Amino acid sequence: MARKKVTIDGNEAAAYVAHKTNEVIAIYPITPSSNMGEWADAWSAAGEKNIWGTVPTVVEMQSEGGAAGAVHGALQAGSLTTTFTASQGLLLMIPNMFKIAGELTPTVFHISARTVATHALSIFGDHSDVMAVRSTGWAMLASNSVQEVMDNALIAQAATLEARIPFVHFFDGFRTSHEVMKIEQLSLEDIRTMIDEELVIAHRKRALSPDRPVIRGTAQNPDVFFQARETVNPFYLKVPDIVQKVMEKFANLVGRQYHLFDYFGAPDAERIIVMMGSGAETAEETVDYLTSKGEKVGLIKVRLYRPFSVKHFLQAIPATVKSIAVLDRTKEPGAGGEPLYKDVVTAISEAFSSGILSLKNYPKIIGGRYGLASKEFTPAMVKGVLDELKKDKPKNSFTVGIFDDVTHTSIEYDPEFSIEREDVIRSLFYGLGADGTVSANKNSIKIIGEETDFYAQGYFVYDSKKSGAVTVSHLRFGPKPIKSTYLIDKANFVACHQWVFLERYDMLKNALPGATFLLNSPFGPDEVWDKLPKTVQQQIIDKKLKFYVIDGYKVAEQAGMGERVNTIMQTCFFAISNVLPKDEAIQKIKDAIKKTYGSKGEQIVKMNYQAVDQTLANLHEIKVPNKVTSNIELEPVMSDPRAPEYVRNVLAKIYGGLGDTLPVSAFAPDGTFMTDTARWEKRNIALEIPVWDPEVCIQCNKCILVCPHAAIRVKVYDEKYTAQAPPTFKWTRVKGKEFEPNMVYTIQIAPEDCTGCGLCVEVCPAKNKTETRLKALNMADQIPLRITERSNYDFFLELPEYDRAKVQINTVKGCQLLEPLFEYSGACSGCGETPYIKLLTQLFGDRTYIANATGCSSIYGGNLPTTPYAKNKEGRGPTWSNSLFEDNAEFGYGFRLTIDKQHEFAIELMQKLANEIGSELIDAIINADQSTEAGIAEQRQRVTLLRQRLVSINSPEAKQLDAIADFLIKKSVWIVGGDGWAYDIGYGGLDHVIASNRNVNLLVLDTEVYSNTGGQMSKATPRAAVAKFAAGGKPVAKKDLGMMAMSYGNVYVAQVAFGANDLQTVRAFIEAEAYDGPSLIIAYSHCIAHGINMTKALENQKAAVESGHWPLYRYNPVLLKEGKNPLKLDSKAPTISFKDYAYLETRYKMLTKSKPEEAKRLIELANKDAKLKYHLYEQLATIRYNGGNGEQK
Amino acid sequence: MDLSTNYMGLKLKNPIVPSASPLMYEISTIKALEDAGASAVVLHSLFEEQITHEALELNYLTTQGSESYAEALTYFPEPEVYHLGPDEYLNHIRAAKDAIDIPVIASLNGVTTGGWLEYAKKIEQAGADGLELNIYFIPTNPNQSGVEVEQLYVDILRIVKSEVKIPVAIKLSPFFSSIANIAYKLDQNGANALVLFNRFYQPDIDLETLDVVPNIFLSTPQAMRLPLRWIAILYGKIKADIAATSGIHNAEDVLKMLMVGSSVTMMCSALLKNGASHITKVLDEMQKWMEEHEYESVRQMIGSMSHKSVREPAAFERANYMKVLNSYR
Repeated sequence: MARKKVTIDGNEAAAYVAHKTNEVIAIYPITPSSNMGEWADAWSAAGEKNIWGTVPTVVEMQSEGGAAGAVHGALQAGSLTTTFTASQGLLLMIPNMFKIAGELTPTVFHISARTVATHALSIFGDHSDVMAVRSTGWAMLASNSVQEVMDNALIAQAATLEARIPFVHFFDGFRTSHEVMKIEQLSLEDIRTMIDEELVIAHRKRALSPDRPVIRGTAQNPDVFFQARETVNPFYLKVPDIVQKVMEKFANLVGRQYHLFDYFGAPDAERIIVMMGSGAETAEETVDYLTSKGEKVGLIKVRLYRPFSVKHFLQAIPATVKSIAVLDRTKEPGAGGEPLYKDVVTAISEAFSSGILSLKNYPKIIGGRYGLASKEFTPAMVKGVLDELKKDKPKNSFTVGIFDDVTHTSIEYDPEFSIEREDVIRSLFYGLGADGTVSANKNSIKIIGEETDFYAQGYFVYDSKKSGAVTVSHLRFGPKPIKSTYLIDKANFVACHQWVFLERYDMLKNALPGATFLLNSPFGPDEVWDKLPKTVQQQIIDKKLKFYVIDGYKVAEQAGMGERVNTIMQTCFFAISNVLPKDEAIQKIKDAIKKTYGSKGEQIVKMNYQAVDQTLANLHEIKVPNKVTSNIELEPVMSDPRAPEYVRNVLAKIYGGLGDTLPVSAFAPDGTFMTDTARWEKRNIALEIPVWDPEVCIQCNKCILVCPHAAIRVKVYDEKYTAQAPPTFKWTRVKGKEFEPNMVYTIQIAPEDCTGCGLCVEVCPAKNKTETRLKALNMADQIPLRITERSNYDFFLELPEYDRAKVQINTVKGCQLLEPLFEYSGACSGCGETPYIKLLTQLFGDRTYIANATGCSSIYGGNLPTTPYAKNKEGRGPTWSNSLFEDNAEFGYGFRLTIDKQHEFAIELMQKLANEIGSELIDAIINADQSTEAGIAEQRQRVTLLRQRLVSINSPEAKQLDAIADFLIKKSVWIVGGDGWAYDIGYGGLDHVIASNRNVNLLVLDTEVYSNTGGQMSKATPRAAVAKFAAGGKPVAKKDLGMMAMSYGNVYVAQVAFGANDLQTVRAFIEAEAYDGPSLIIAYSHCIAHGINMTKALENQKAAVESGHWPLYRYNPVLLKEGKNPLKLDSKAPTISFKDYAYLETRYKMLTKSKPEEAKRLIELANKDAKLKYHLYEQLATIRYNGGNGEQK
Repeated sequence: MDLSTNYMGLKLKNPIVPSASPLMYEISTIKALEDAGASAVVLHSLFEEQITHEALELNYLTTQGSESYAEALTYFPEPEVYHLGPDEYLNHIRAAKDAIDIPVIASLNGVTTGGWLEYAKKIEQAGADGLELNIYFIPTNPNQSGVEVEQLYVDILRIVKSEVKIPVAIKLSPFFSSIANIAYKLDQNGANALVLFNRFYQPDIDLETLDVVPNIFLSTPQAMRLPLRWIAILYGKIKADIAATSGIHNAEDVLKMLMVGSSVTMMCSALLKNGASHITKVLDEMQKWMEEHEYESVRQMIGSMSHKSVREPAAFERANYMKVLNSYR
């Protein structure tokens, strides 16, 4: 029977089988596994049934720990149950995994294996997570390709039911989970045939039931636990044979034969590699190539890793083998070797000592690490490893793929070695996140995969920035199955979808001689050549490239598609590449358009059709001149001579895409990086930037506050400095009696750091009196302004900061004169979170510790190459760290424990050294009032004096005191994270920390959805809003975190929305920090995941407040102590309905389009929620506290 | 007492038709209007912008930021189906047809001869008994002549007429150099009725924010003077039926409009203000007046006070102006 061919990624392949073979699915989003849960949820929402004809229940839990608990319970009650996770998520499941295995419960967890965070977090793939669950007693089955993911998902499911041992089915995160491949889809009949109904019924019969009651999960004592634990041995002993039996059955049914260990290569191989995961595909491809050249090499792919069957492993090794390299995609520091290596050594050693080793001699066995966090693993590296095995003394515990110049573990390989086949079309596409390049390429792969006999593979490399993000698509098509699990570096087709990339990336270095280069160019066929950078011209000539241009922007504009050039560039690809006959290709593109956009309205379909039809007329082949005419040079990145050497030598390489070339010695061994580095990037991503009109400006500084990227700045300074100002630098007399008469005022734009979001222009209240369309800030094209504004900004930065001690910080105008120590982050253009972080760094940044929960804020805060956290001229600034997603409150609390302890210890030491230091200084330090900037400045001077005195004291106490004296200056602890952390996964910790009475400040950047992982529902998601896992609208109301915190009485709580009331926001931050106890600020953060026009986002914030959905308030326990009502409601009673607010946002509105009746019902309930919430707060704010003694008068 | 009338080929039981307004959003309200005595309803408008932009906007807002960052390749679940504005509107027509027995007139509102006009056909297929074209065009281009503007109206009408068999009415604004002429042209090109007049949203200015604020006031009874004159003038000069709209609040207003030549009178502000039951009240008062004044039927009075039927036609013309001036003396 011919099976359907589908072109899907690894996650979809796993989810497909999981959804068909389970009844309950409990998940929690984590990259790169989130999509599996999303697929399952989408299918269940659409009524897709499993093989037993029922729609699986899919639930999202509050953490992976919660998901594992729910899975455990559902299994115990008799449902076939599964989950999907990765990395830290898998680690959080470990306690339940021990239980599930200990109780011999059949289930399969599908894991897109991802790096576990150590010195740094990484979302990418390796086996450190799955290796961390080796001791849980689960069977572990590895899949190396998308096809294998689908096959093994079923094999694991069939085997677990028979073996009663739970299975971890894993495949490489991103490389396999996100690689799009043409595969054969298993039919429902296949799945039914593989799953034994009797075993399913047996599972149900073992379940807990009051109708045949038993108990499990008992507590056992030293007398019996051990024996009871050994009862499971027979089950583990049977697993390998069961899995092999299932593999045989699968082979008979489907035709693809797997073994526990599969051998590839020369039957008489002398050198072999043992490994598992996607890298094994590359190894197989390389071994094939090398054996065809006569080399005696081979490869063992490990499929069933646990239980590790020595018997089956030995059977797989050719008797001729002399040396073995075992490759582990994980690192176990301190171990005698990585896990797979040790298993192989043990197996060979056991076989040798028991006399069953079939090899002539005991082989040389070396172990090595490769591919951590999706580091490329290429045929060149495979060959490097096999070559290493030729040596008399091959390196053990080696690394491959990096240059280790510290402990010299790395082995050498020839990076130029390539085995790409002639019959494979290899294409590279450089696109901008917003232009639809990736979506179009995914469509192209589907077209080729599903409409031709070609095999197709697509892999997509995304940016670590969320604004101005670059995507690179790697597409391979060919007549044979594609096993190249590495990026394309020798392409026969290179497309550049954005002109600006020409100046930024050397994309033609990957073009093969004679390759085709397609460029989206705003310049026509006659003028384009002269506009190209010199190196681009040179490479086109040298490599004899065929060069095509199209003005995709023009075609898109004419078709009404804005900036989305996706279908246009896709059409060009098909027209030039001849993968399909042109007309047929165009028809297929149109079919794909219909399929993709059909549900979104005819208009979009038509518009795309029109774009396709107009493309060919606008596509031109350029006759390449034979000499270089251009003087345009590629601008080196992060090359400012003023930048620290580390920035220029290391971070610049990472930024420029050359991170792979950096050696081990380039990095601190403990994951430490300098701050203040985003300033050197100069990304130039804004098409338009604001231009200041000092004549119109009323100097309110609102623009400064709302800027998400700190790219618009203000300074008040002595007029004398203007004498050296560049010619176009602007200033005006400062307004306000608080300033000295000689002071002037400048608003300056950072032209190369601005993202062009336009929020500053939107918030600007000042209009030009003669032409009201103009404000004090107006957007203008960036390019003509770049050079002049660059020098203006440089000059501006050199101007002195306004004296912090003189600033009226409790006003918007005042506090915005403080220097931001958070700048130019890679957050989305117009981000609603970053203005809050920037504000906190302005107010307290020079003495702030930030504990940052994993999420958007940890990504734009700490994703390499640079960090937006900055330092002031004195070298002070926020110190920042990210521990985990779930423990952030506790992590920050730990900061405070140390600060308090060291402060106490410093005082004790001072007192011990009272005679030498002098009691006057000690008293002044201990009793210092540090509630103002001036007070803090004075304390800094006292501590400096203290240090000076300590120099002359020769005692251990003096040395200790010198080390911790900084703790005598007031410190501010900020615990920052999103709603996923605060409301869900980290809530338990948050709750404990606010109940502690320690002086910590928790800032919840509430986007009401998991933004960083792509819009999954959280408990902060409001009723009626659509999110992933709430496709039908969230049915229950948002959790009132503020109310819960207020119930303690000792917690300062504020709810703020800077777009609705910036002054209230500023005051809340100041009060929270001043309060000597726990403070919680819940900050409304508009987000791209709301489906809003980000430029108009401040209107959304206002509407959220006006509707009563987001009442602004401050609950200050200090007032309680004064006998007053601690709650102050800062927003008025609702003036618009919740509906009027909600339907400004797609997250609510789309439900009216998908489920109109349900939308109507939920919006009514949400209307009531908003009204009730406001009225409740209103009443609480008006309660008389009668002196706070708890008695009624 | 015979209150029935004919309008664009539809036989109506009385001349009171609620016009396009937010009252038409809910089927239950439409049903209440029928129960109160409405003889037909004109549904709220399907706007050209809804047809051309809604899908694009939704697509843009649900896909912005997608496929650019590895952890968040999308931000929204993908629903199986979207019920976009145009489809919702067609469903609404069907639902209205199922719920009530009186004719349902749909309304299309737009200004170009573009693709949105295809919806006329879909509206017909959805079961509408008639179609009102609300051409809401503000000519701001000083190079565009009155003739060109008028031609746009004619072109839109012709396209629609070629698409559908159901009767088509055109709702006009009063801002033409020659109302009579444009009415005649539309009549010649097949308009089954003219609806006089459209009230444009008149913008206001907020002095504090210096913003232009879109604003609409409910009509006052004074507003009916403008259509009253022009209906009187047009009656009998064109084949198309005439519907009066603007400022019709009570029975007297209805009677006056009928007398100058309207086949039906359309109500909006009065119903928004007083609710559906206002129709019953107006019908009662109308009947009472007709009984008192010994009228037998509505048909009898339609056009009885039109330009061609009154003793002093000049009263509808410049002379009327002179008369008003004289009255000041």
